[in-house]
Amino acid sequence: MTLFLEQCLNGLQLGLLLFLLAAGLTLVFGIMDLVNLAHGSLYMVGAYLAAWFAKRFDSFFIGLAAALPVALLLGIVLEVLVIRRLYGRDHLVHVLATFGLILFFNEAVRLVWGAAGLTLALPEFLGTWVQVIPGVPYPVYRVAIIVVGLLVAAFLYFLVQHTRVGMLIRAGAADREMVGALGVNIRLLYTLVFGVGACLAALAGVMAAPILTVQIGMGETILILAFVVIVIGGIGSVRGAFVAAIIVGVLDTLGRAFLPGALKQTFGAAAASTAAPAISAMFIYLLMAAFLIVRPEGLFPAAGGRK
Amino acid sequence: MSTRLQFALGAGLLIALAAIPPVASLAGIPFLLTLFTRIVIVAIASVSLNLILGYGGMYSLGHAVYIGIGGYTVGILAFHGVHSGLVQWPLALAVSALFALVTGALCLRTRGVYFIMITLAFAQMVYFLTVGVAKYGGDDGLTIARRSSFGGLVNLADRTTFYYVSLAFLLAAVLVVWRISRSHFGMVVRGACANDRRMQALGFPTYRYRLAAYVIAGTMGGLAGALLANQTDFVNPEMLSWTRSGDLMIMVILGGSGSVIGPVAGTVAYMVLEEVLSGITEHWQIILGPLVVLMALVRQGGIVGWLSPKRHA
Repeated sequence: MTLFLEQCLNGLQLGLLLFLLAAGLTLVFGIMDLVNLAHGSLYMVGAYLAAWFAKRFDSFFIGLAAALPVALLLGIVLEVLVIRRLYGRDHLVHVLATFGLILFFNEAVRLVWGAAGLTLALPEFLGTWVQVIPGVPYPVYRVAIIVVGLLVAAFLYFLVQHTRVGMLIRAGAADREMVGALGVNIRLLYTLVFGVGACLAALAGVMAAPILTVQIGMGETILILAFVVIVIGGIGSVRGAFVAAIIVGVLDTLGRAFLPGALKQTFGAAAASTAAPAISAMFIYLLMAAFLIVRPEGLFPAAGGRK
Repeated sequence: MSTRLQFALGAGLLIALAAIPPVASLAGIPFLLTLFTRIVIVAIASVSLNLILGYGGMYSLGHAVYIGIGGYTVGILAFHGVHSGLVQWPLALAVSALFALVTGALCLRTRGVYFIMITLAFAQMVYFLTVGVAKYGGDDGLTIARRSSFGGLVNLADRTTFYYVSLAFLLAAVLVVWRISRSHFGMVVRGACANDRRMQALGFPTYRYRLAAYVIAGTMGGLAGALLANQTDFVNPEMLSWTRSGDLMIMVILGGSGSVIGPVAGTVAYMVLEEVLSGITEHWQIILGPLVVLMALVRQGGIVGWLSPKRHA
């Protein structure tokens, strides 16, 4: 039972990490109707920046604090140079252009930081253990990820539901032409939203860096998972992304933890150990496929509901 | 794009491709033959993707899965001691067709960006399956001890023979797509791309037509996979990773989607460019990436569109 609770916590932690990534993706997707495959690259760049700054200044927090504004700036530059030219065009163009950006970013990172990959060391107090569930020591850093995820969720909820910018964002998602006609600077709004999305992706990268290795291509696998999340949650819905991220995170973790044992009883140990990771990985995609077929608008259809 | 220009471009490309083996041996660069064998095989996959992407408006971001399915069918059969191409290849095509039929039936219920995502999801499922099944190599892939044998008919172990066999299949694929694009069936698929509702109102069950096109494309992709497995004597999950599917998409658009010969030109151009750039610098992708972005931004019918005379300014 404690093992089960511990795995649930792990799942929650993975889910909130996914949420950080998916939130930016779903905002950009919902508001600008942009398929951004390069979102994973921003995640990777965030992790690299943090690892590099942290090493240089010998502090995890300087790494974190320096990586986020740089990522925000990078997002804004990227939006002005490339992304802006993609709005209102065919999704195929989005896929191609942002695929090209992935190639560019992967190689740029290799050029700057080398092919070997980096590590991001934790400050001492984050490297300790705490008893969240009585009797089970749990890493403090994983708790920190959960807390950051929840804080970002609360911040985004406040931003989107209770501020003027959030109102414009919602209005822009519902009817961009009308918002533009009412005199709102849509261009600037889009640039800002993309920048915030980039910043969130980078934050996800920084948070993931100490538990995963910082390496080239790290953004690609998790990007696909983030897409799964936003499709299940409903494209454009931050709330949907939150719920779906936790569902995906928990299911994926529990599948990996308990499927081998469950399969062992029916198929024998050898077959179970090879099949279980494949099945639990496949299960997530099956879930997404099921959603797309039965309920393509997702759990929480975004207001406006184009397409 | 005019039919005559397409024909001229196609004939020119075919003659150039047919001249590769003697050129490679005369110039003493055997690598040229290896590269172009690969190019010809990948071109089969591009041509098949074009059938659904260019003509049908079905933006599949999971087409490399068929290369993987075809390749793994050959690899797994060889692993179990079945080396006859007469068993391996038809089975590779059949498995690809079946996968396309089942997933296509589901995918085609969605539209637009959802279609991109669901094709990606199904491809990822198979990808993780190949990674997970340790019996067939898992992450490390599966080495194929012997190439498919066709009795005394053809010897695929001979590099030149293998090249011409691949080229013949490419020619066949181009001709198939050419015939389809001009048939009644092809017209319905193209019509459904332009305005599905109107086609349905005219009484065409467009879903069935689109599904049939999807299955044909998948089957041809499986053929490319069977060939590729034989060329490299090896299959691994990387063959069907989603970035491979992205590459295929780029090749189709680069060449000119919705023209029969465009994807072949696009594949040759993209893969030769990759080779040339990687010869210049180790960090060639830093040049290729922005080129792809640029290509997407100025997308004007690709190479084929660029060669065509402009009809309107």
